[in-house]
Amino acid sequence: MSAMSAGPGLPVRNARAFALKDVPRMNLAAFRDWLLTSCADGGRIAAWFVPQGKAGGEMFAALAMDEEALIEVAAAPAVDAFDAITPECPQAQAFEREIWEQRGLEPRGHPWRKPLRFPPSVPGRQAPEVGRGEFYRVEGEEVHEVAVGPIHAGVIEPGHFRFQCHGEEVLHLEISLGYQHRGAERALNVLPAGSARWMAIAETLAGDTSVGHATAACQVLEALAGREAPARAMAIRGIALELERLANHVGDLGALAGDVGYLPTASFCGRLRGDVLNLSAEICGSRFGRALVRPGGTAFDLDEKLCAALLARLGPIERDLAGAVAMLWSSPSVMARFEGAGELSRETCERLGLVGPVARACGVRRDVRHDFPSGIFRFGHIPISTWESGDVFARAYVRALEIERSFAFVRKQLEALPDGRARRVLPPLAAGMGAVSLVEGWRGEICHVGFTGETGELLAYKVVDPSFHNWFGLATALRGQAISDFPLCNKSFNLSYCGHDL
Amino acid sequence: MIHTCWERWRQGHRTISYPEGPMPELPARFRGRPVIERGDPDEAGGPGPEVCPTGAIEIGRDACAIDLGRCLFCGACETTKGPWRIRFTNDPRLAGRRRGDLRAEPGLEARLAEELDARWKRLFGRSLKLRQVSAGGCNACEADANVLTTIGWDLGRFGIQFVASPRHADGLFITGPVTENMRLALRKAWEAVPAPKIVIASGACAISGGPYAGHPETHDGCGRFVPVDLYLPGCPPHPLTVLDGLLRLLGRLEGRDPNPG
Ligand code: SF4
Repeated sequence: MSAMSAGPGLPVRNARAFALKDVPRMNLAAFRDWLLTSCADGGRIAAWFVPQGKAGGEMFAALAMDEEALIEVAAAPAVDAFDAITPECPQAQAFEREIWEQRGLEPRGHPWRKPLRFPPSVPGRQAPEVGRGEFYRVEGEEVHEVAVGPIHAGVIEPGHFRFQCHGEEVLHLEISLGYQHRGAERALNVLPAGSARWMAIAETLAGDTSVGHATAACQVLEALAGREAPARAMAIRGIALELERLANHVGDLGALAGDVGYLPTASFCGRLRGDVLNLSAEICGSRFGRALVRPGGTAFDLDEKLCAALLARLGPIERDLAGAVAMLWSSPSVMARFEGAGELSRETCERLGLVGPVARACGVRRDVRHDFPSGIFRFGHIPISTWESGDVFARAYVRALEIERSFAFVRKQLEALPDGRARRVLPPLAAGMGAVSLVEGWRGEICHVGFTGETGELLAYKVVDPSFHNWFGLATALRGQAISDFPLCNKSFNLSYCGHDL
Repeated sequence: MIHTCWERWRQGHRTISYPEGPMPELPARFRGRPVIERGDPDEAGGPGPEVCPTGAIEIGRDACAIDLGRCLFCGACETTKGPWRIRFTNDPRLAGRRRGDLRAEPGLEARLAEELDARWKRLFGRSLKLRQVSAGGCNACEADANVLTTIGWDLGRFGIQFVASPRHADGLFITGPVTENMRLALRKAWEAVPAPKIVIASGACAISGGPYAGHPETHDGCGRFVPVDLYLPGCPPHPLTVLDGLLRLLGRLEGRDPNPG
């Protein structure tokens, strides 16, 4: 450990490298103070982890100050036990649990120190069985418990939910995950960075967010190598990212309509989502944008003919969608279910550090594309879409607004794609560097962090999916709700299980 | 209400006519069944096995083959140089009944899935209820299975349906490499399906572990836990791959789409 220095972290830019030796090494008290003061002042924990392997002697955090458009990083010694900050700063809860579960550091005084992912036992370490352990319980004669999952009713990923109910009313919901834990993040730490296998894993961290995660990953490598992707590739990545957002937001609006039994919008959106996925397939052959984003650029280019064909297909999709969505707001039966369901206050949202459309639906202006723009978003701006009411309606409405803006963005990019090549050879990664890469995926902020060692090898890699922040938001939004509204509230968050479980 | 009716009328009928009509046209860049042809054995510049994320391709001077059960259809091995010419056609028909049938080799005819035998076909041919289990799937296989239930595809018209309870199901539709943390749940779901039951493995992960093969957290697909009746290659399999596989299994494509194999 170098000399202890109190004070603020090192300011860094999104997807730009910094020298690891410049990262302030704080003592535990100063580190804790830095986290608490920054978070009390509008800061947000984007990443906080103890790297696997050789870099494991330190913990490392990246804080995002949305309003100042500033990212700060700092490190502290990875000691056996430290005082948890969760009691004062609830947004830290999952990070401290992860540090404990992955690396064995004890967050003293953590009110909810439970496994996050239940990694299977390895020789020398007996892990608890997935889904087992103490669940939060409400006692009382008329209180009953409802247990759901891991396998749910629909075609959907697994997770376990425990509801404490009084009649219909949910007093508390506890969400226990880990069923999808595939060792994805571990593999990104050990496979050769940017190799075919490494990219395949980056693209399937959350398979409905392939473009988002692959872009975050490639930005890390490009920053560490000191060579940005060409402008044309940035634009193609941006188009693919917004198509991914469109497909998922459209699907979500349809699913929300379906959950309240409003079938016309459910049916139209189901089809229109497919139409958008097919646009991605026109670009790269995959409906999920697979094999498109690669270190140094994109593996596929768009010629004028394809741009024109995509533009021609956007119009009818946009028109049909506008019609399908407008029907939602003008149907009293839909609005009666959407309004007031699963409300989250702006204050709760900020304390829990929620991200993405969920946060924007609480009136929080938070969007990586605006606050920490990287790639094409430095040149092509997308306004932030917010709504104040924090309920299912707000989460639906923010998606509808974002859909309009994504259409406009994709159209603009397709009309004037920058000239040049779509991919350049990436030089080897520079030694002793770090990079924090943020991308606004359709669920919210995706954060990848990479460090290189003395020979430019990838020393450590960290992934934070937006769902890592937001699952606790869903649990909180359910308090005081009717249990019958759970499917609707759940859909309005539509979080990723595998993105959380990694 | 008037608005709803107007919109309904305006958006019209959108279910694909396949298999009565032609197969919907797929994007030019879509990668379906690969074709491998002999190139120039002494020419340099072709891809080596390292381009492949999952070790699906064997490629050398004298032999070349792709294991479609491991292939992610990323296209990185596509080539017009070297000892082999590899090209991904946009034929989505990839389903097979045996693991060994999922193979592309020069000159090898595709062995597409055959229908169930008469007794099973009598049981499931006109009505097949499936319980989907995601066991470490990344939500892409799940999403493109879900697509089949939308109006564009309307899987229900074939009597095929995804159901909530394994006890109401005739079989499982499995996605994901089978994480250790889902092993027990998968077994319980399988045991809860009344016999006789069928198992469909959808996607490279469920067939072989996909990019997660060899991880101690996963089990390289569902094959070691349940007997698989139908394999659907892809990452994820295109909805047409899934539909074609299901209809083949149930003998519903008879006469319409002769097996090219
Ligand atoms: S297309 Fe298939 S065989 Fe070829 S490199 Fe990609 S995963 Fe491997």
